[in-house]
Amino acid sequence: MIARKLLGDGGVLLLVALLVLAAVLVPLANLSLPPDSPLHVSNTSVQLFGKYLAFAMLALSVDLVWGYCGILSLGHGAFFALGGYAMGMYLMRQIGDRGVYANPDLPDFMVFLNWQELPWYWYGFDMFWFAMLMAMVVPGLLAFVFGWFAFRSRVTGVYLSIITQAMTFALLLAFFRNDMGFGGNNGLTDFKDILGYNIQANTTRAALFAATALTLAGALLVCRFITRSKLGKVLVAIRDAESRTRFIGYRVEHYKLFVWTLSAVMAGIAGALYVPQVGIINPSEFAPANSIEAVIWVAVGGRGTLVGPVIGAFLVNWGKTTFTSVLPDFWLFALGGLFVAVTLFLPKGIVGLIAKLTRRRAEKPSPPVDTEAGVGTAADARAAAE
Amino acid sequence: MFTFRKALTTLLVMLALVAAPAMAQTPTDTLRPLVDALGQGGFDGAEKAIAALAATGDPAVLPIFEALTAGDLNVRKADKRVVLVREEGGADVAVDPLTGAVLGPVGRRDTDRLRVNNRLRSAIAAAVAGLSLRASDPQVRITSAESMFKAADPAMVPALAAAAADEENAAVRARLEQALAASVLRSDASDDEKIAAIGVVAARGDRDALSLLNNIASGTPGPVQQAAADAAAGIESSLAVWGAAQNVWYGVSLGSVLLLAAIGLAITFGVMGVINMAHGEMVMIGAYTTFVVQEIIRTSFPGLFDWSLAIALPLAFCVSGLVGIAIERSVIRWLYGRPLETLLATWGISLILQQAVRTAFGPSNREVGNPSWMSGSFEIGQLSITYGRLWIVVFSLCVFAALMLLMRYTPFGLQMRAVTQNRRMASVMGIRTPWVDAMTFGLGSGIAGIAGVALSQIDNVSPNLGQSYIIDSFMVVVFGGVGNLWGTLVGALTLGVVNKFLEPYAGAVLGKILVLVFIILFIQKRPRGLFALKGRAVEA
Repeated sequence: MIARKLLGDGGVLLLVALLVLAAVLVPLANLSLPPDSPLHVSNTSVQLFGKYLAFAMLALSVDLVWGYCGILSLGHGAFFALGGYAMGMYLMRQIGDRGVYANPDLPDFMVFLNWQELPWYWYGFDMFWFAMLMAMVVPGLLAFVFGWFAFRSRVTGVYLSIITQAMTFALLLAFFRNDMGFGGNNGLTDFKDILGYNIQANTTRAALFAATALTLAGALLVCRFITRSKLGKVLVAIRDAESRTRFIGYRVEHYKLFVWTLSAVMAGIAGALYVPQVGIINPSEFAPANSIEAVIWVAVGGRGTLVGPVIGAFLVNWGKTTFTSVLPDFWLFALGGLFVAVTLFLPKGIVGLIAKLTRRRAEKPSPPVDTEAGVGTAADARAAAE
Repeated sequence: MFTFRKALTTLLVMLALVAAPAMAQTPTDTLRPLVDALGQGGFDGAEKAIAALAATGDPAVLPIFEALTAGDLNVRKADKRVVLVREEGGADVAVDPLTGAVLGPVGRRDTDRLRVNNRLRSAIAAAVAGLSLRASDPQVRITSAESMFKAADPAMVPALAAAAADEENAAVRARLEQALAASVLRSDASDDEKIAAIGVVAARGDRDALSLLNNIASGTPGPVQQAAADAAAGIESSLAVWGAAQNVWYGVSLGSVLLLAAIGLAITFGVMGVINMAHGEMVMIGAYTTFVVQEIIRTSFPGLFDWSLAIALPLAFCVSGLVGIAIERSVIRWLYGRPLETLLATWGISLILQQAVRTAFGPSNREVGNPSWMSGSFEIGQLSITYGRLWIVVFSLCVFAALMLLMRYTPFGLQMRAVTQNRRMASVMGIRTPWVDAMTFGLGSGIAGIAGVALSQIDNVSPNLGQSYIIDSFMVVVFGGVGNLWGTLVGALTLGVVNKFLEPYAGAVLGKILVLVFIILFIQKRPRGLFALKGRAVEA
């Protein structure tokens, strides 16, 4: 019972608390403890887990539409990458005249392409607030327009999945073009500063980690608020019986459009947090494979729960990091197997599995010690995060 | 002058290689006085001698012209004989330019070098051209006439006129007249002659003629310039028509590739409603089967190489089909009615298959050869059609027709349609629906496999082969309408042609983006595609 509660609504609050704690403790452990201390968190770990947190937020945004509204998006990577590009443009403008060509106005790749002046869509990105606004507005706007067309004409299910995939594929092709003005093949990289702080410095990285953890915590609270509200109930109703919900009198497309746009904005924020931590954004982020991978994080963790995507993103990415360093050839087998296994055997993901196990045990007269073990898996994942 | 000399040397070498064996041999004795005449009478005498040598039509004179242009010919002062001087063993020796026999050592002061001025160079060029224009092989004559058309050298007018007058082969004569006309346009002939020449050039109607006419049209205003401008405009409009025809052909060719890749998907997705993201990998497996078949043929039965594709087709169908059946039996059958889960699971399978192929065959591209009947091309007007593309178009239409017949006239096709339309009723009627499911999936996969055999001829065979087709294939099926093979045909050809027509204006990448955006908008308008199924089958 406790475990089920923890994985459900109570778990969200616990996860938020853990994230806030991590936002404080991890930077402290990284910066103030000496490297030989057992509690010291290495710089690479801070960077790595900061990246996982951004992925977790992307997974959360996918879960919001897939798990709660039944819209399987195979193009959320596009929103993520657009947010990332907005942040990348800000970071490019911060380089100023420290680039290879020392041009105070133009990023290196534009000088290289012999451009004379900054394209209009790059204006304003030297201001942090504007770039952050764009990181939310651009994915949100794209999602709004796309969703407005799609939901109004009742494109659903697999068709919607395929056209979201086509959308991210089209953007992939577009961003590969040099004359788009986003650095083409190489994307945006060689960042120097963020808000005046050196992006390579340990303090900046720790701060970015904390910022990502806190944003994820905030996003979890927003999602918790939405899914617990009446709106959230309607979303679940749409997921389970769209026609019936429409016949009852709800404007299904409005609800869908709202949650779809919100989810895209969240993915955009996740992308904006991701880019300064990895130091590069290029068109490969738009690859359809990336978006599908985000879906599998949600499926592994457990869709339709808010804790699940976070756990799934951590576990799968942790597995990816481990496998690609130890057995690089094996990773795609493992990932592919994961897709098959999760859909066949774990339709509700790890969270669902734990819930099922604890329920089975709860039916038997068994001591509550076992339920503790159930939480263990999820807690372990979080421990890995820290 | 350097390029001129280079061009001349090339021509000489070409002639020496191609024309020499076919030409009649004049005895050296009759040539020798002509060769020796090169050294007499100064430049005028040399020019006459060149003309006389050219008139023999003997390929043996070519090396002499070559040596003369290179400045290797000398007159031996002692007997006024023309000799070739070259270095041998540290000393200069005289060599007979006709036979190559060493005549003995010569000192620097024993000989006078034969000098060549620009007039002589033109004479030599004309002589060489005249020789090549009279080569016995018509193909050589055509080639040299073509190169002279492009060069459009006024100095060639007499040689070309003479050659054209003597030519008996009509095709060659037409080329010669065109080359002559081109040369006349550059010469200082009268306006009337030039306007007549413009008519001849314009009749050619290709890009070379257009660039020549444009060149003339941009010259000093006058009747000739006007006529050239008019003719150029005429060629441009006819080229635009041919260009459109070329685009249609490229579009049909691309469309047939899309059709091949999508038609298997039209069965699994369209007929069965199963999203198979591993479909592209079935294509890839077919391509790798072709590779393996060719490898075996290369090492064991080299004589069968032209049959390799015919052998690979059934094998690829079986291999991909069996893999498909295995996937259906092990994974997909548990997921019927859950399309989104099917999508994810098959995506996982596609990752596994890709990595398996990468592990087995390596990540790099594999070489798949074209049988002789697939290579080469032919021309219709200004349209160039490669045999490989033509066969793929024919092949894809055959596959389509075979599939239609199978669906319509065989018991299996009947059962398949019955299961699609009403699974439970079909089951009640005694059709083994699980068996039909497996066979249908196997059929779709097997067709993807034979698509792989065809695609191995025009694309790189790598583990990522399937990935590049999967999105396009889905677009075709979704655009054409699910559950309808005609829709797939129309969808594939439309998308192919639209893509190729957008390319010249928007570029390849932007054209593709526009097509994707167009499909996204199209689905909004007609969510079930061009040829939507109507009636109760839709709801089932």
